[in-house]
Amino acid sequence: MDFTLTKEQALAQKMYREFAENEVKPLAQEVDEEERFPKETVEKMAKLGMMGIYFPKEVGGTGADVLTYVMAVEEMSKVCGTTGVIISAHTSLCAAPIFENGTPEQKAKYLPKLCSGEWLGAFGLTEPGAGTDAQGQQTTAVETEDGWLLNGSKIFITNSGYADVFIIIAITGTVIDRRGRKAKEISAFIVERTDPGFSVGAHEKKMGIRGSSTCELIMEDCLIPKDRLLGRKGKGFQLAMATLDGGRIGIAAQALGIAEGALEETVAYVKERKQFGRPIAAFQNTQFELAEMKARINAAKYLVYAAAQKKQSVMDGAKVRYSVEAAEAKLIASRTASDVTRRCVQLFGGYGYTRDYPIERMMRDAKITEIYEGTSEVQMMVIAGDLLR
Amino acid sequence: MKAIVCVKQVPDTSGKVAVKADGTLDRASMATITNPDDLSALEAALRLKDATGCEVDVVTMGPPPAEGMLRECIARGADKAYLISGREFGGSDTFATSQIIAAGINKIGVEADDVIFCGRQAIDGDTAQVGPQIAEKLGLPQVSYVAEIQKDGNDLVVKRMLEDGFMMVKVQTPCLLTCIKELNEPRYMSVGGIFECYDNEKHPMTILDYPALKDDPLIEVDTIGLKGSPTNVFKSFTPPQKGAGMMLTSDAPAAELAGILAKKHII
Repeated sequence: MDFTLTKEQALAQKMYREFAENEVKPLAQEVDEEERFPKETVEKMAKLGMMGIYFPKEVGGTGADVLTYVMAVEEMSKVCGTTGVIISAHTSLCAAPIFENGTPEQKAKYLPKLCSGEWLGAFGLTEPGAGTDAQGQQTTAVETEDGWLLNGSKIFITNSGYADVFIIIAITGTVIDRRGRKAKEISAFIVERTDPGFSVGAHEKKMGIRGSSTCELIMEDCLIPKDRLLGRKGKGFQLAMATLDGGRIGIAAQALGIAEGALEETVAYVKERKQFGRPIAAFQNTQFELAEMKARINAAKYLVYAAAQKKQSVMDGAKVRYSVEAAEAKLIASRTASDVTRRCVQLFGGYGYTRDYPIERMMRDAKITEIYEGTSEVQMMVIAGDLLR
Repeated sequence: MKAIVCVKQVPDTSGKVAVKADGTLDRASMATITNPDDLSALEAALRLKDATGCEVDVVTMGPPPAEGMLRECIARGADKAYLISGREFGGSDTFATSQIIAAGINKIGVEADDVIFCGRQAIDGDTAQVGPQIAEKLGLPQVSYVAEIQKDGNDLVVKRMLEDGFMMVKVQTPCLLTCIKELNEPRYMSVGGIFECYDNEKHPMTILDYPALKDDPLIEVDTIGLKGSPTNVFKSFTPPQKGAGMMLTSDAPAAELAGILAKKHII
């Protein structure tokens, strides 16, 4: 597989690096300490076309490709994991399902504003009782004369405190499955922040990505127009799973970026830090640690880029799935991020444990990538399921 | 109305500086960037475009790889690019360079209300001569060290920064302005701009070589290239780093300073 960047991709990478260094990195510590959503950064990214990178121009996107999107998440995450996931959740979990499943009217209404960054997007699947067991949904949507009436709650919703548009998964009835058992009929909806009966609950206090807005969504007799059903009735679970396939590439890119950022910080530090009269970079333990981390990061990188390219082939019209590639990329990249950041803290020693250096933040940020948008165990279920088909 | 912006690709002086045996810079072995003051000039032109919808053309003289820098200018928002490039132009000093760039600008064509933007100076030569020389050769009014620009009918009112103050100058268009970094904060390339910047139909890249410019009266064998350059480079070198200064923070800094000087047997 060829990962040579096109001239445009290389230029985008250069721009992302300059932007991350000048605009994102200086805020990263503050955003973490104050658990503050970096709204000003989102506005700046929106101006540069970073909130709709791989969607065609006809729907308001920038007309670039999936790898260029993945590199945006990667480069921002190198300096700030919070900023990386804002782009990822917005793009992969909200704009993408509307682009892939929306009616022409839905696309025309939502995509231009999402791609321009005027509206921020989020995705509500997880519930207090439905995490890995995504079928365990309790939220209901009942069709009435006036529209769909939604009741229930969602938790751990990324971007929710600032999002304008939400993709909400809800039960619309019961069906008899192929084995003759009763099962929940699940559908997807587009909900707007201003819809009556919709509210956003308290902000979660998290271990990492503390600037990312994670809240509960509450729907109490939330009435939305009939044309907000996204995709076909009863196909919401498949829509959610396909959406997460794309989302996992974004989270894999975030994990990759966090690992790369931690290694960059560590390489600079070990050249400066002296013990026993020598920079610690002169010790073979340090060198072996750096070498192994670099090799593991590149292994993860190739998986992430390969998954991005497979998704691009779907964008270009190929009828293939990329669930397994996305699961492999996320499994390996997230584990690499956790492993690499932990080893980097060790190389930093006591200083690495203080909040004066960014490395402990990176270690805290890394952990979530093994959990959200499908835990590592879920990724292994996807991969094994394909192997044993 | 249009804006013409002169830009230069310069060695990235934050990296290593390489010097050839003849004393000139070994540009090929150094990473390059767009000259920082020129980015401010481009930003000023792009703001004029935001306000008036005018066209922004970028022009540079340099070897073929300078095309990459021009593409980046397009990715920031410029419309058209002109690359002045040819062996005949090699070795030009500021005098010869301004002859050639002025001829290039003549080729693009300067109309009644056009504005030419240059950076104050390039970080490699630091002469601040090329912009003003271009204006002289084109017979245009010029304002250097521009820190603010306002449009006033057909004129521009600009703030000119001097060492000990500033000057407000009203200037007729067409004119040439040399811009300083403090003028603005250059915008980034946009993703949309990047994915359009290699589209030659939308953003034509014109190569102006010697045959394209040779009929301009400014271009003579003895006005361009090494032969047309009255400057001889004696030596290029990286100046030695100065030691860090010392801030006196006590309540009685004069006494503290006198004490330090006495300790060093200076007084």
